[in-house]
Amino acid sequence: MKRNQIINALLALVFLLFPLAVTSDYYRHLAILALMWVVIGGSWNLLAGYTGQISFGHAIFFGTGAYAAGILADKLGLSAWWGLALGGPAAVLMGLIIGFICFRLRGPYFALATIAAGEICRLIAVNWESMTNGMVGILLIQSFRSKVPYYYLALALAGASLLVFSRAMKSKWGFYFVSIREDQDAAESLGINASLYKNLSLAISAFFTGTTGAFYMNYMAFIDPEVVFSLPYISIMAILVAIIGGVATIWGPAVGAFIMVGIQETFRSAIFGLAPKWVSQSHALVFGLMVIFVILYLANGVVGDWPKIKRLLVRSPKTGDAAWLSLKRGKSERPSEG
Amino acid sequence: MTVFLQTLVSGLLIGGIYALIGMGMTLIMGVMGIINLAHGQLMMVAMYITYAAYTFFHLDPYLALFVAMPGLFLLGCAIQKYLLNPLMDVETIIPQNQVLMTVGIAIVLTEVARFIFSSTYLSVRTGYSTKVFFLGGVSFNWPMTIAFLLAVALTVALFWFLLKTDLGRSIRAVAQDKEAAVLMGVNSRRITIITYGLGAGLVAAAGCLLIPIFYLFPDIGRPFTTKAFVITILGGMGSTVGAIFGGLTLGIAESLGATYIGMSYKEMVGLIIFLMVLIFLPGGLKRLTKV
Repeated sequence: MKRNQIINALLALVFLLFPLAVTSDYYRHLAILALMWVVIGGSWNLLAGYTGQISFGHAIFFGTGAYAAGILADKLGLSAWWGLALGGPAAVLMGLIIGFICFRLRGPYFALATIAAGEICRLIAVNWESMTNGMVGILLIQSFRSKVPYYYLALALAGASLLVFSRAMKSKWGFYFVSIREDQDAAESLGINASLYKNLSLAISAFFTGTTGAFYMNYMAFIDPEVVFSLPYISIMAILVAIIGGVATIWGPAVGAFIMVGIQETFRSAIFGLAPKWVSQSHALVFGLMVIFVILYLANGVVGDWPKIKRLLVRSPKTGDAAWLSLKRGKSERPSEG
Repeated sequence: MTVFLQTLVSGLLIGGIYALIGMGMTLIMGVMGIINLAHGQLMMVAMYITYAAYTFFHLDPYLALFVAMPGLFLLGCAIQKYLLNPLMDVETIIPQNQVLMTVGIAIVLTEVARFIFSSTYLSVRTGYSTKVFFLGGVSFNWPMTIAFLLAVALTVALFWFLLKTDLGRSIRAVAQDKEAAVLMGVNSRRITIITYGLGAGLVAAAGCLLIPIFYLFPDIGRPFTTKAFVITILGGMGSTVGAIFGGLTLGIAESLGATYIGMSYKEMVGLIIFLMVLIFLPGGLKRLTKV
């Protein structure tokens, strides 16, 4: 337990000192993006990984938060920073509406309904021009020239989300969430109000995703429906971040966020300018190939499949056996908490 | 009244093609139990094949059917064999990773098409593309009418295949009860591969039929994936008869929406129907007819 605390403190220190050590705006930007994905991936993981409600529509909450901030600034003349306070609640409200409709369905049907809900939200944002400016999008002026304030804000958000998720999973709620994932009927027969706890999980998840959306609006200072309501680049990316890191682990999505942003950026920059230019144009293709690769070979993520990766890297027979066993054990015996 | 009839007719014509698209997805849904989110993108690939055949070999789009359908059949078989079937053996916490895989396939197909053909809008303009004939004051667009009739013919052929041939019966058996079918000696893996290929082939046919009418660009697949998905839910998962009615309903609803609500809300009509069906009629049209 103590060792864990020391590691956590060291990690926190590294992240706090990062912008002092790294002065390049480019790397600071990447760190901010990765921290944003830590929050979104973690939120998805709370709803899907722990509560078992696979959402293909997290862009709904991200976009709602972003548009809440954008509309406050663009239409009401308030500062977009109010969005940071209101984006989360707006997304929760949206989440409750979505939950009201989609939680009538279970398993794959829920996942399908969230896809449709996400597409509807995107189309509304495209078509409701008096409110959202449609495809033109909302353009603001950034408050700070420097990346440092944004970095610390993103870090605070990521830290807060990790704290809330780990606390929630250690509390009674966490056990209720997992019991709903494992068997909803059994959970209900034990007196757990499944509908309440599913909505609770969705609300927490939507809150953090929405707040991140509002942060994105402030940071990037430009949004349009195709960016913030994107099925592949927000909803699927959120799933990928969680999967590549490790579903149903607290640290998995956090690790996954850094891996995903790292890989995406490597290809976007055409392997740091070493590869010919067409590589950078095909980063969307790389994204698709990554989806396929991750699902085929790393379905339990870096944290979940760590023994498997270790076995591949260190070819010692002993760890090999352990890895084989841990793979064969399957999901029922996987640790459900971080 | 003429406007209404016209709307109805154009909805019905496009609905026939939607039915063709929906049936492919429904077959896959029935046998594998997954929604194939790469369905529209497979159609996009077929459309590019047709386009290439037309530009380089001056092959008529309707004849290109005989190139695109087998081509997509093989592509579909390969996808199922090498990308989707291996996932059955992997045990994970997320049961939906086959669906996720199809999203990955969709992105890859779109981007490969963009890579080869770039994002420009292409079109195949045949002599009959804009020809129209009238029937009692209602105009019928020739290519749409031909497409509708061919779609009907293909549907009949598909039903004959599913009802009368051994392979078709095996497919229906696996869709009904996989374990029982395996016990009766049906090779279920082989059936899944053939089914995915068949679904891809059907949507390829739809692509060939649509190309004289639609512009072609790499992102055209996505709205059609959404449509196929709406049809599958509307018709009742895994019901081929339901998919026909689902397709026709969607075509007519979209057409009415475009005329009476507004063109830009056309896409939304389908999705709203989708949510309504999920809430009020889970099980889709299949439930009403008990077929």
